[in-house]
Amino acid sequence: MGRARTIARRTFLVGSAAILGGVAFGTYLVKRSLPNPLEADLADGEATFNAWVKIDADTITLITPHADLGQGVVSSQAALIAEEMDLDFGQFETSFGTPSSAYYNTGFADGGAPFMATDDSFKADAVRSVLSGVLKIAGLQGTGGSTSMPDSFEKLRHAGAVARETLKLAASQQTGVPVSELTTRSGAVILPDGISLPYTSLAGVAATVEPVQDVTLRDPSEWRLIGKSMQRLDIVPKSTGTLAYGIDLMVDGMVHAAVRVNPRKGGEMLSFDATYAKSMRGVSDVIEITGGVAVIADNTWRATQAVNAVDVEWGDAPYPAEMAEHWKTLEDSFTPEHLDSTWRDDGDVEGGLASGTVFEAEYRSPYVAHAPLEPLNAIITVTDDGAEVWAGHQGPGQVQIMVAAITGHDVENIIFHNQYMGGSFGHRLEGEFIKQTAEIANQMRGTPVKITYSREEDFAQDFPRQIAMGRGKGTVSNGQVNTFDLSIASPSVFASQGGRSGMAVPGPDATIAEGAWNNPYAIPNSRIQAFRAPELAPVSSWRSVGAPSGGFIFDSFLDELIHEAGADPMAERIRLMDHDVSRIVLETVAEMSSWGGELKPNQGRGVAFVESFGVPVAEVVEVTATDRGIKIDKVWVACDVGTVIDPINFENNVQGGVIWGLGHAINSEITYSDGIAEQTNYHAHEGMRMFQCPEIFVHGLENGHKVRGIGEPPVPPAAPALANAIFAATGQRIREMPFNKFIDFV
Amino acid sequence: MQLTVNDQLRDVDVEDDMPLLWVLRDELGIMGVKYGCGIAQCGACTVQMDGVAVRSCQVAAATAAGAEIKTIEGLGTPDNMHALQDAWIEHQVAQCGYCQSGQIMQAVTLLDMNPEPTDDDIDAVMSGNLCRCGTYPRIRAAIKTAAAKMQEA
Repeated sequence: MGRARTIARRTFLVGSAAILGGVAFGTYLVKRSLPNPLEADLADGEATFNAWVKIDADTITLITPHADLGQGVVSSQAALIAEEMDLDFGQFETSFGTPSSAYYNTGFADGGAPFMATDDSFKADAVRSVLSGVLKIAGLQGTGGSTSMPDSFEKLRHAGAVARETLKLAASQQTGVPVSELTTRSGAVILPDGISLPYTSLAGVAATVEPVQDVTLRDPSEWRLIGKSMQRLDIVPKSTGTLAYGIDLMVDGMVHAAVRVNPRKGGEMLSFDATYAKSMRGVSDVIEITGGVAVIADNTWRATQAVNAVDVEWGDAPYPAEMAEHWKTLEDSFTPEHLDSTWRDDGDVEGGLASGTVFEAEYRSPYVAHAPLEPLNAIITVTDDGAEVWAGHQGPGQVQIMVAAITGHDVENIIFHNQYMGGSFGHRLEGEFIKQTAEIANQMRGTPVKITYSREEDFAQDFPRQIAMGRGKGTVSNGQVNTFDLSIASPSVFASQGGRSGMAVPGPDATIAEGAWNNPYAIPNSRIQAFRAPELAPVSSWRSVGAPSGGFIFDSFLDELIHEAGADPMAERIRLMDHDVSRIVLETVAEMSSWGGELKPNQGRGVAFVESFGVPVAEVVEVTATDRGIKIDKVWVACDVGTVIDPINFENNVQGGVIWGLGHAINSEITYSDGIAEQTNYHAHEGMRMFQCPEIFVHGLENGHKVRGIGEPPVPPAAPALANAIFAATGQRIREMPFNKFIDFV
Repeated sequence: MQLTVNDQLRDVDVEDDMPLLWVLRDELGIMGVKYGCGIAQCGACTVQMDGVAVRSCQVAAATAAGAEIKTIEGLGTPDNMHALQDAWIEHQVAQCGYCQSGQIMQAVTLLDMNPEPTDDDIDAVMSGNLCRCGTYPRIRAAIKTAAAKMQEA
């Protein structure tokens, strides 16, 4: 097949490409087609119809460009393609693919637009559409913001349908049987007489036919995979210790590196003495890198022991050294010059506050670490021609840009192999570990360098969730919440991340009051204001970003006002709810938990509702106040993602999100002393352990009309629901996380 | 020194105090055992030594020499799985999966010593194994399923 013809085809809305005997299917939902990265590597006999499907004589490969951090999105993406292609689940291989603008994330547009997710107005959709176009041009491929399913749901089913119809056309040309008489099943085109032509046998022919452009997606009633519980593609390797994560990879000739960088993040290294470290067994070199030092050795442990033996003098932190100064900065940020945005201003707030006794409260949400169980790691080989990178990362294009900048090579000469990740929670959106590995490898061209962070380095270098403060003022009348005036101050996480990535985000930062302003309640007088505090310690997106703080502050204050009004916490939330899908979520969780039913002595229940990433989530937490402290007995969760792709994986993600939210609310924070995080390992920042884990009952509703992701939305309501339950059981109102500073837990 | 790992005698040339974890991973290439914290706080590196679950980050190589070491690779393979691994798949336990080798090796010891554990028994023995993704409800369920199957067998 000629290259010229391949290029000409890209001008079609739906492109397909034939490269040396194979076929790749492309589905381009934009007028200017994006390049198909699969074309570059096709061998004789292979075909690629688009950026997501590649077939050769032996193998069908589905490209799943969204990274798998544990949320199971390789399986979910593959299911969408396989559904339309009539592939049996597992009848194919998957690959993360190579970084490409073809995989730009349309889902980021929804979250980036300054409209409530529940706002389906023309104006809101128009802005989202424009943003989507901007993202396309930027080619921003990434995994985050619970966007994988919103981004993939149409795109990947369309890719599967294009592949299916083009393979049918190829079968028709090969056999002379009209397409209308052909069907597909289990990875094969079926002829009227029952003869089965496997897709792999058609790859060569398919590469030569014009792709079918006009395809119809299956009606949901015909779905075989979507909506059914699937066995995750990675479940056997993950249950037998046979899945290779980034940290398990070995490359021929590889050396091990361990780093220590100034724990006063962003500070300089003033001097170091590696005399003793260099004498240690297995150590081959000590290299200075930006802000710190690296030891090269023949083994991970030897490298780590040696780097810890380097005598280093660190410079000052570029942020306040002590925690009290961080909080003072937030306390001083509730001023007009720090006002970032007034997100809601309904009714007459000032009049409402003047009309009755004002109830006031203040809340705090700490820095919290990501601390995925697999410490940060990467392997990079730099040569004079380019670089090759093996690592788990949420932003493949960012990895290329970072390595290109350090090595001086062009971005297209940076080959990136994404890896399954042992968790991330936002940690692998950052790239300091990639840059450090590239710096070392650039000084040792030709030698593959593997960096492995110690857990202590992982904690020390983490950019945690931003701290936040909230101040609420409100009034009640006639047993109802009347006025709700909430101000939230925090540093901008987007400014901190944007500063590092060189991608500044203009305009107000919607995450400062995320989890607060977007809750679709209709309180008569309601104002939500976000105040942007000056940058403090560098911070980064932490599972659900601003919503775990904003949601805790918002829902805790609402619960306090409902208590002041003397109303029932569930009934008053339902009464105030101004969004049908969300109201049903609340009603469902009330029914699941038999809200209002009899409780045992010393038991209490709290409810919380937070919308984040377009997903309304309501949680009821039940606790018992025992002699040894609070015991969390049960949690009920109702939420609405529009369409549940895989019920068992959905339940697992929701349970995990609740555990994440509860565990950190109970016991985790990062505090700074002398500019250094005081928590160095899991003993000081545990999250939840099994003995604390409640029973968690999950109900996924499907009333919303857009498909949403579930990785993050279960997190934000967990902390306020727990605080509200503790109040119900004990009368003690906790307004600051972590709660174990104020009350014991069993 | 010599180590017996998954029924095989292996020679290694390492310092006496190198943790067993790193002997297994970096010297022997046995990657099912994971590094998570290095201070016995997470359990990702759990293996069996003479039939008992240990944190391999806390066992010096010299201590492990002469003992029978079993890792997840020695427990079962994709073609021939242990009852616990079958149950782990039935319940779709894993999310990121990074802690699960350690969880399963800890659960093996639990069921060896207590074939019919109660919820409290499971919590008591398994709480040293951290799961950041929050798969605890499914780990509990899988242990019970495996216990029931192993009782039948």
